[in-house]
Amino acid sequence: MKAYSLLAILLSLAATSKAAIDSSLPVAPTNIFETAVSVTPETKIDTLVNGQLKKLGVAPMLCSDEVFVRRIYLDVIGTLPSADEARTFLRDERLEKRRLLIDQLLARPEFADYWAMKWCDILRVKAEFPVNLWPNAAQAYHHWIKVSLRENMPYDQFVRELLTANGSNFRVGPVNFYRAVQNKTPEGIAAAVALTFMGTRVEAWTDKDQLPGMAAFFSQLSYKPTREWKEEIVYWDPNKEVQDATNAPPVRLYTTFRLPDGKRIKKIPEDKDPRELFADWLITEKNPWFTMVLVNRQWGWLLGRGIIHEVDDIRPDNPPSNPKLLAYLQKEFVNSRYDMKELMRLILNSRTYQTSSIVPRCAQLEKIEANFGFYPLRRLDAEVLIDAINRVTDTSDLYTSAIPEPFTFIPENTPAIALPDGSITSSFLELFGRSARATGQATERVNKISPTQKMHLLNSGHIQRKITTSPKIKKLLTGNAKKDTERFSEILDEIYLMTLSRYPTPEERETTRAYVKKGGAKGSDVWYDVIWALINSDEFLFRH
Amino acid sequence: MNKHSEQRLLEKLAAMRGQPFSRRDLLRYSLTGAAGLMLADKFSLYALAAEELSPKTLRKPTAKSVIQVFLWGGMSHIDTWDPKPEAGSEYMGQLATAIPTNVTGFRIGELFPELAKQADKFSLIRSMTHRNNGHETAAYLMQTGHLPGERLAYPCIGAVFAHYKGYQAGYKGLIPPYVVLTQPQGRFSEAGFLGAKVKPFATGGDPNASRFEVEGVVAKGITDERQKARRTLLGDLNTLRSTMPEDSQMALSKDAEEQAYSLILGKGKDVFDLSLEKPELRDRYGRHTFGQDCLVARRLVESGVPYVTINYPGGWDTHSNHFATMRRQCPQLDRGLAALLQDLSERGLLESTIVWCCGEFGRSPKVDWQPPWNGGRNHYGNVFSVLVAGGGFKGGCVVGSSDKGEEVKDRPVYPIDLLGTIYDLAGIDTQTKLPHPEGFDAPILNPNEKGAKTAGRLTEII
Repeated sequence: MKAYSLLAILLSLAATSKAAIDSSLPVAPTNIFETAVSVTPETKIDTLVNGQLKKLGVAPMLCSDEVFVRRIYLDVIGTLPSADEARTFLRDERLEKRRLLIDQLLARPEFADYWAMKWCDILRVKAEFPVNLWPNAAQAYHHWIKVSLRENMPYDQFVRELLTANGSNFRVGPVNFYRAVQNKTPEGIAAAVALTFMGTRVEAWTDKDQLPGMAAFFSQLSYKPTREWKEEIVYWDPNKEVQDATNAPPVRLYTTFRLPDGKRIKKIPEDKDPRELFADWLITEKNPWFTMVLVNRQWGWLLGRGIIHEVDDIRPDNPPSNPKLLAYLQKEFVNSRYDMKELMRLILNSRTYQTSSIVPRCAQLEKIEANFGFYPLRRLDAEVLIDAINRVTDTSDLYTSAIPEPFTFIPENTPAIALPDGSITSSFLELFGRSARATGQATERVNKISPTQKMHLLNSGHIQRKITTSPKIKKLLTGNAKKDTERFSEILDEIYLMTLSRYPTPEERETTRAYVKKGGAKGSDVWYDVIWALINSDEFLFRH
Repeated sequence: MNKHSEQRLLEKLAAMRGQPFSRRDLLRYSLTGAAGLMLADKFSLYALAAEELSPKTLRKPTAKSVIQVFLWGGMSHIDTWDPKPEAGSEYMGQLATAIPTNVTGFRIGELFPELAKQADKFSLIRSMTHRNNGHETAAYLMQTGHLPGERLAYPCIGAVFAHYKGYQAGYKGLIPPYVVLTQPQGRFSEAGFLGAKVKPFATGGDPNASRFEVEGVVAKGITDERQKARRTLLGDLNTLRSTMPEDSQMALSKDAEEQAYSLILGKGKDVFDLSLEKPELRDRYGRHTFGQDCLVARRLVESGVPYVTINYPGGWDTHSNHFATMRRQCPQLDRGLAALLQDLSERGLLESTIVWCCGEFGRSPKVDWQPPWNGGRNHYGNVFSVLVAGGGFKGGCVVGSSDKGEEVKDRPVYPIDLLGTIYDLAGIDTQTKLPHPEGFDAPILNPNEKGAKTAGRLTEII
């Protein structure tokens, strides 16, 4: 099929005429992935983004409803829309149907599962190596994160609870933040806090007093076992004496409390846990790191790239690609009283989020990407991908973890996005790059497609069995579709809606009809091959 | 130094390393270069050169491939490769007999009659130690040589081989350079910070089944003709890719797909087809999953795969039901390993293939008869045994010893010593810094890290 993106046309026109870069230009889209209709009103975000894009001669086009419905389900609830859900949206004729769907999805129960999975990557929720939380503790930690997200706990409260919690690792979920650190020295903990909540890597800090000064706030943090196997109490011990992390004599106490902004705290009140002082410094709106890292992370999660890139490498020599946009989002986030869902809603309703992925190769591509001129393709997260395949075929994977005891058995039909622990055994999730949850860095999750992944998708018994043993597909394939044209269309539409969330194009209809009539296989196999092909298509494998 | 004495030194050095030693080499080992050499005291230079002549720098690599047999859960050493009949039943339990082997004075546990016939081909380390009794942490130590408390998650030895002996080192095979038969260990991220590109390829399937269905390579009931038809269909229906073929993600996806198909539709997959082997040979390996795993491993090595790990298809974590498990699993281990060593040797592959076999630790040498164990053995990292063979390892030797299987009696061998020797034999310099994505200093092995222990390379058996 031949298709040119409007963006491509605009770019070529831009070379000859400046007037050509007018987004209201009445050009009809030539592919099913884009729309020329302004279905989404321009927001402040778009004004700020377009200001930069105009300089690059780019006027992005919106994605089609077909693309939108799939994108928004995957991005907001990590779950593929069912055929019915896709059909309902496509048939909906209300002008504001995109906004309505966004609201609907933000209220879905899968929202908390999916975003807990994202947060569990950076909060390092894993029973085993290398952070070794232990299964019951990982589950308590995951549960707390999930409930906080479900209840839409304000972000300042979320961070404060993580930073100041005391109690049992099995009973008080957030205390596990301090256990999910490989290097449990005050410096090691400070490094984890800096990465997670300040989006900065202490390795890049040039002021050598900064880390020990910050570490002091965590120097009275203590751990003690209980009589229950692997239970641990995390608590504040004001009398704790701590050795220098380098273990070099002389042994000394942390006495200099210095906040990352350079301010020294002369005297800590005797009845005050220094972690609370730190948390209260961190979570104010004046703190430059606090809101910046969160809005940037959230933007990166939805748009595929932070305004500061990487999202957890904020430093003076790594400036934001669009400072005004970053400042605007921070301001809105503060105004909403740190409402994480509101921030998502703001971003999702922008034209910028809803742009097409189609982009021609050109010299300015990198700049266009850094300025959010298109929605970049990303392979689905490992968990989202297996859930999507299971949803198409109405099958499930069984997740267990046999080491260590107590063994963990996850109830059947639990989607992978809802797994409470990063060490649950799954060769599929391993192969497709789920996060190692070792350091909490965003790059630990790897969504790069590889030949062995392709082999698994194209040719494994695991995937093939799901297609051929699916009762849902078996039921769908009743009736003689080879002779009955109407039945053929019904089946094909349903298959397209449940895999790609859209109807087939005329060309696709022709291709499949020819294959079903005299393909390389017999009986139901021809249909299995069609479903197999769609699951293996890039449109299925990538967020687009 | 005059010409004559220099010549004598060169000859001595050449004898030490087993290959010619040029004046140029000599200069390399002089700290101060040519001028220094003139002044250098002959003996101090000799000592310096001898030190530098440790296998890691000068030994010619003898190993092209490695087959690692990993016994998850930790196999008992006292019941197998370090029997102590004189320690009495409190220690030996139901397996009290040691049997002679084809090497005089070399005795092993009674459940290994086949290995006993091949003892000239392998050596046993009976003084392996790391004193760590946790499954994950001990497994990490044994597979990476690094202490589990460090901040960095190191790649295991197979992943390091995949990196230094894989595609970037000129490996051209379609089969990934690091293969796991059949299930991945998965208890820690085996690729560590090296990431996805050195992850092992786990075959899945069962090589003892009538058809070894290698996950993703050999599909059940799909003919090549249908494979080709499906591939065309996929190309025709891949609308997003045809809309934006020049996108970098699309290009990556296309490349990955083409590589996958060259294995799926090509001859490369025949390496997994055990029907190409004589039935008698398959019998010799044992008609069970482990035996056939060993045969596939040989075929993989023969086709050039640098690192193959066999994860023993069954656990060795015998807290309870210990002796019954040993009686069931040891004969399979015995048969598979013995056939592998013999077959590799007959094909001339043993010289270039390291075989090593152990668990993450041994098991407590005293039998625990208390309930709920009722005759079990628990985790034991103080001392245990490792089998090594081929690729430059001598056969028929025993390294170190334990007292009653409880502590090292002489010559401790630490993970760094064992892994370091394997790396040396394969010509991988263990001081090389692994490419850490954030640029951290991460050598392959680091004897200087806090708490790390070493007692030197296994020079006595190479």
